[in-house]
Amino acid sequence: MPQLGETVTEGTVGRWLKKVGDQVEKYEPLLEVETDKVASEIPSPFAGTLTSILAQEGTTVPVGAPICEIGGAAGGGSSTGSGTATSAAASPATAQAASGASQASSPGSSAGLVSTSGNGVRYSPAVRKLAREHRVDLGAVSGTGRGGRVTAHDVTAHVGSGAAAAERYSPSVQVASAAILPPRALAAHAPSPMPVAPAGDEDTVIRLSQMRKTIAERMVLSTSTIPHAWCMMEADVTDLSRWRDKEKAAFKAREGVNLTYLPIVVSTVCRAIREVPAVNSTWAGDHIIMRKHINVGIAIDVEDGLVVPVVRDADRFSLAGLAQAINELVDKARKRRLTMADLSDGTITVDNTGALGNVASVPIINPPQAAIITMEAVVKRPWVVNDAIAIRSIMNLCLCIDHRVLDGAAASRFLGSVKAQLESFQPG
Amino acid sequence: MATKNLLEAVRETLHDAMASDERVFIMGEDVGARGNVFLITAGFQEEFGRERIIDTPLAEASIIGVAIGAAMAGLRPIAEIQFADFIYPAFNQIVGEAAKTRYRSAGGNTCPLVIRTPYGGGVRGALSHSVSIEALFYHVPGLRVLAPSTPADAKGLLTSAIADEDPVLFLEHKRTYRLIKGEVPEGRYTVPIGKADIARAGKDLSVITYGLMRHFAVEAAEKIAAEGIDAEVVDLRSIRPMDRETIVASATKTRRVLVVHEDNKFGGVGAEISAAIAEEALFELDAPIKRLCGPDVPAMGYAKEYEEAFMPSPDRIADAMRELARF
Amino acid sequence: MKSEPKVRASLPEGLTPERLLEMYYYMVLTRTCDDRGFALNRQGKIPFAATCQGHEAIQVGAAFALRRGVDWLVPYYRDTCMALSFGVTPREQLMCLFARKGDIFSSGRQFPNHYSVPDRQIASISSIIAAHVTHAVGIALSIKMRKQPAVVLTSFGEGSTSEGEWHEALNFAGIHKVPIIFLCENNEYAISVHQSLQMGVKNVADRAAGYGFPGVICDGTDPVQSYETVRDAVERARSGGGPTLVEAKCYRAMSHTSDDNQLTYRTQDEIEAVKTRDPIPRFENWLKERGMLDDDTIAELKAKALRDVNDATDWAEAQEPPGERDLYTHVYGSGPLS
Repeated sequence: MPQLGETVTEGTVGRWLKKVGDQVEKYEPLLEVETDKVASEIPSPFAGTLTSILAQEGTTVPVGAPICEIGGAAGGGSSTGSGTATSAAASPATAQAASGASQASSPGSSAGLVSTSGNGVRYSPAVRKLAREHRVDLGAVSGTGRGGRVTAHDVTAHVGSGAAAAERYSPSVQVASAAILPPRALAAHAPSPMPVAPAGDEDTVIRLSQMRKTIAERMVLSTSTIPHAWCMMEADVTDLSRWRDKEKAAFKAREGVNLTYLPIVVSTVCRAIREVPAVNSTWAGDHIIMRKHINVGIAIDVEDGLVVPVVRDADRFSLAGLAQAINELVDKARKRRLTMADLSDGTITVDNTGALGNVASVPIINPPQAAIITMEAVVKRPWVVNDAIAIRSIMNLCLCIDHRVLDGAAASRFLGSVKAQLESFQPG
Repeated sequence: MATKNLLEAVRETLHDAMASDERVFIMGEDVGARGNVFLITAGFQEEFGRERIIDTPLAEASIIGVAIGAAMAGLRPIAEIQFADFIYPAFNQIVGEAAKTRYRSAGGNTCPLVIRTPYGGGVRGALSHSVSIEALFYHVPGLRVLAPSTPADAKGLLTSAIADEDPVLFLEHKRTYRLIKGEVPEGRYTVPIGKADIARAGKDLSVITYGLMRHFAVEAAEKIAAEGIDAEVVDLRSIRPMDRETIVASATKTRRVLVVHEDNKFGGVGAEISAAIAEEALFELDAPIKRLCGPDVPAMGYAKEYEEAFMPSPDRIADAMRELARF
Repeated sequence: MKSEPKVRASLPEGLTPERLLEMYYYMVLTRTCDDRGFALNRQGKIPFAATCQGHEAIQVGAAFALRRGVDWLVPYYRDTCMALSFGVTPREQLMCLFARKGDIFSSGRQFPNHYSVPDRQIASISSIIAAHVTHAVGIALSIKMRKQPAVVLTSFGEGSTSEGEWHEALNFAGIHKVPIIFLCENNEYAISVHQSLQMGVKNVADRAAGYGFPGVICDGTDPVQSYETVRDAVERARSGGGPTLVEAKCYRAMSHTSDDNQLTYRTQDEIEAVKTRDPIPRFENWLKERGMLDDDTIAELKAKALRDVNDATDWAEAQEPPGERDLYTHVYGSGPLS
């Protein structure tokens, strides 16, 4: 198929002007071809007999694909169109193939530094070092480098999705859980031999990405070792909502980021922790460690799952600072640029389930934390205010706690503080 | 602070040194009546006299040899070799005599000599007015080799060089004389010998470079920043001693290194930089160390095409950075 | 004594009987040191020795024409007598032969006889022929710039005068009329290459005219004539008259160094013949004729020289050699090695 225009990538066979078996002279019209720009008669590049037609009338083929074969006088050979057009047409395809091949082989050309694992894949010293440090199975890491190479960034991103963290945390948590859980819970933690009907023809098999595997492992770990207790409160955020509506344009102009409810809730969570410091703790087997630093994990949806990067010392930020910090983490998460430091040392998680429309959620605690709080959608409801019905903006707040570390009273005091702050929100 | 070009910064430094320390004197071809072929010392002979601004015979070995003697006797000579391409007859005096004076006399004799010379291409200087010589000399223990690229660094490093007790080869890239302008602080100050400068901080890859190439590398880095590649540019400033600490820290941070120098690639300063990084930061590297350098031909020819083919350009540096970022 | 006034009247300006005896002593001391060096070499105690046998007269004459503590000496590696006459001690000389750590010239880093004692105004030299001559000019230039009443004497063999840098040095000195004496100790051999293959002129002194200053010749085996000639050149330099090229004709009795065997390029007869010009016995006779020396004094002075050299040898041999850590000192005044 000749290239009939600089930007043309395919052509449709119109009418064949010759039949199989016909004699063809060089430059004699052979067929008509239509492209989205032009319809042309294509002259034959050879003299000979048209021995076969490979592209039927009405079919669309890419530029460079063979469309017929001409044998005999001019030494035969398949024709893909006019002589020069053929080679021009052929070259993009072959060039692509060649560059693909060279891309794949280029790691091989950079000698020495990139080491091979058993299956012939090569890893740089940085990649091997990071993999060793974080106990990552490199075979499970997909590469974004040239030719699919696993880069150091890929490894840290993989670690960031929680996989290596799970490996890191699991031994100590397993020891703890072995100490306190009954055998039934331990069995639940072990791989389950539950039978599953195999996928049928109409079913779709989804292979597990590393992120999916990791999320699965951590969810099982959390729910099988942490006794979750849940509670919920409703917060009347009408005043806050009005303030936000008034402020958001100026805030955006001044700070360069949106004023969402998320940084506002995070700031109230920090102050609530000051009132109920036990919430900022972790179960350590035979003791509880109450953490000094308030490092708030922000649950962020990414393309293939979920990451929870951390705003360290979140209590030190102003509202604008928090908005910036969160924005930066979201940006990094979406660009797969989170580092190990970004993902470590969280002491509590805030999940903005309301962004998806939820009005109630039962979140799963992020080990080794002791609490996770969700902020649900702000919904206008009929509400009782001063014994009269009013339309108010209501945000539900849900909290799950590790019942080994915290009891209902502490949970309610904490959640109540968040609710009270939101209801009486004062800017600044 | 005033904005000056590199030539003005050197001139000002030389003038201040001459005015403040009577031990300092300048000798070289055409430095006196002509005021140096780039006019760096124009007016100096009128101001400081013919005894302290000496027009020497056309004899490079003795320019350096006589200066060595004067330095051993306690003066502070600043000897000029008119173009780095002419330095070879003085090679023994620099490498065999000046560099060894302290060592061979176990500290009894010293040689506080500064040798200044313009080097590098970009001015259609052809085969004998465009070479880079740092690779020949930075190898020599006892010698210091400096190559500042900004006017502020030129002033600070030249001041340090003149005050230094050991022989210093002070390389001035002739293309930067008038092309590169920058803020130069007033008054006397020094830039420490042996400390590199982070010309541009970044996190995706490190460019280790010096001389005119520092400016081209920064230009390339700004261009590719728009493509989401954040490059760090490290300007060595001092070739010997070399700031290994800064180089290794940058390589460790970004994990990808591109060395850029105008001088021929084989055996150039980039080889030492690469070896140092490989020795101290191998397990931090995510890509092989890349070098973009002058080709391994004797010198750049007179035709514009030869010069352009020889010297790395901001575009070629940007391409190399992109390739490294994508590895 | 009856002959005293006659003796005094015929002595050159600047020389007294006492000074002449001193000169004689230094020649004897040098010969003793040189012999000791070769002996130690043949015993396997030191790897390398070089003598100045045949040069003693010009070297002592030149040293005595200079002012110690004022003038500068930039010698070459055959100037043992000049160095000993200009303030280097026998102990210091033997230390450098044994390459001890305490060697004041180079802490055992340089070959023997590479003198460097800046606080006695003896500049440091390397083994590169003629490289020091431009340095001497630089020192002289600094003296002129500072208007000091000092001169520089630099010495070298006739082979040095082929090096381009030697010519560059004289050229510069002639232009700027720096206070310097270029002393060529012409012993006719640059290792094995005879003067006839080293230059097209008969006398090194002939070259001075090309640089705009006088070239003079003296008998390098006659200490008094040597002294007079150098003294005149010193006076010219000190009074602002500029450089002089002094060529002292002398001979080399021994091989170039202990690593050379001159019988591969000279005949035994030739060597024996030059040895008859030995300056020490000739000076002894000159002094005896003028009543300034007798056999007892000769014996006394030779014994003293031997005692001094014995003391120097034993002392130097007992000194500490350099250690591995000494390798790294004095590369720079401060800062890292690389």
